Amino acid sequence: MNFEIESLDEMYLDVLKEIGNIGAGNAATSLSKILGKKIDMAVPKVNIIKFNEVEEIVGGADTLVAGVYLEFTGDIEGTIMFILDEKSTENMINILLNSIWVPTDNSKNKNTKGLSEIEASALEEVANILSAAYLGSLSTLTGLKIMHSVPDIAFDMLGAILSVPMIEFGQFGEHALFIETELSDGSDYIKGYFFLIPNIESYPIILKSLGVV
Amino acid sequence: MEQIIKVGMADLNIAKAPGILTTLGLGSCVAIALYDRKQKIGGLAHIMLPSSKNIKRNENKAKFADTAVEYLIEKMESLGADINDITAKIAGGAQMFAFKNKNNDLLRIGERNVAATLKALEEAKIPVIAQDTGGNYGRTVELYTEDGTLLIKTIGKGIKRI
Repeated sequence: MNFEIESLDEMYLDVLKEIGNIGAGNAATSLSKILGKKIDMAVPKVNIIKFNEVEEIVGGADTLVAGVYLEFTGDIEGTIMFILDEKSTENMINILLNSIWVPTDNSKNKNTKGLSEIEASALEEVANILSAAYLGSLSTLTGLKIMHSVPDIAFDMLGAILSVPMIEFGQFGEHALFIETELSDGSDYIKGYFFLIPNIESYPIILKSLGVV
Repeated sequence: MEQIIKVGMADLNIAKAPGILTTLGLGSCVAIALYDRKQKIGGLAHIMLPSSKNIKRNENKAKFADTAVEYLIEKMESLGADINDITAKIAGGAQMFAFKNKNNDLLRIGERNVAATLKALEEAKIPVIAQDTGGNYGRTVELYTEDGTLLIKTIGKGIKRI
């Protein structure tokens, strides 16, 4: 199958959305348990993003966010990004560590906030659990074997963080394909974005495993 | 007021003084800032990958270090720049995450982008007068065509002028 991001038809997009639905549904339940808070998920989106339109996803390319990165391997390969805006990062750390989040740097300048080791580690663990939940249901659904790596976090500009998975698509065309689900507590207190980003070679395998092609 | 021109990822643009060219949130990508001091003409490219060779879909010249340098010079010349007066400053090429697991060719892409950019500039005989590359953090850059200053903003690592 010749898989071209630019010429995906509606049916494929619906299937990919359904994957997001099932995976993120499971992930939302896990997040809800970790935080002891009701977490809802928005209808998953299949984002086909032109490289120079990255800011249309979450916010400006220089917006400060926390981004946790994981890789998955097995029958299909790709990356996972879990993105939290600055406020949600702070709030989630508060819940997880049950303490007041103290910026490690000059607190007057918002741009110099960093994460301490324990804060970074707590967020990485959340992404780890969400990824396991997401990929676990994807694996059950498709019968594909999928493992994931240990997470790594960056607290930095959105564009710089999202460029990591986007560069992989750079070899194939002008667009990247992200299966995006927004997880939130219904307010802006906790708002995260979970991106499943299979490698371009993995799409035909996913679609085939579901009997779509 | 000066005109601010945004350059996206895998994109490039040019401006005459007093225009300002900017590109936001560079990670492993590299910003190539060219400047003709006499004519006060600037050009800024935001490249994603080192080379257009061995890549089937390589029509976007702004995406690759090799083709972006060539194309940016061409565009600046069309505005009246002289290649003998053009100098370069580059920024970016970070490694945002530790790739502990996968051993693919996208490993150290930032480093490879920087190396390919320097090579392309050398081949075009454009001297590189300053660079701020590497590390594990994002950068936003602004090229001031009034004097060729390249302003580099980071989160938590301060602001630099090169």
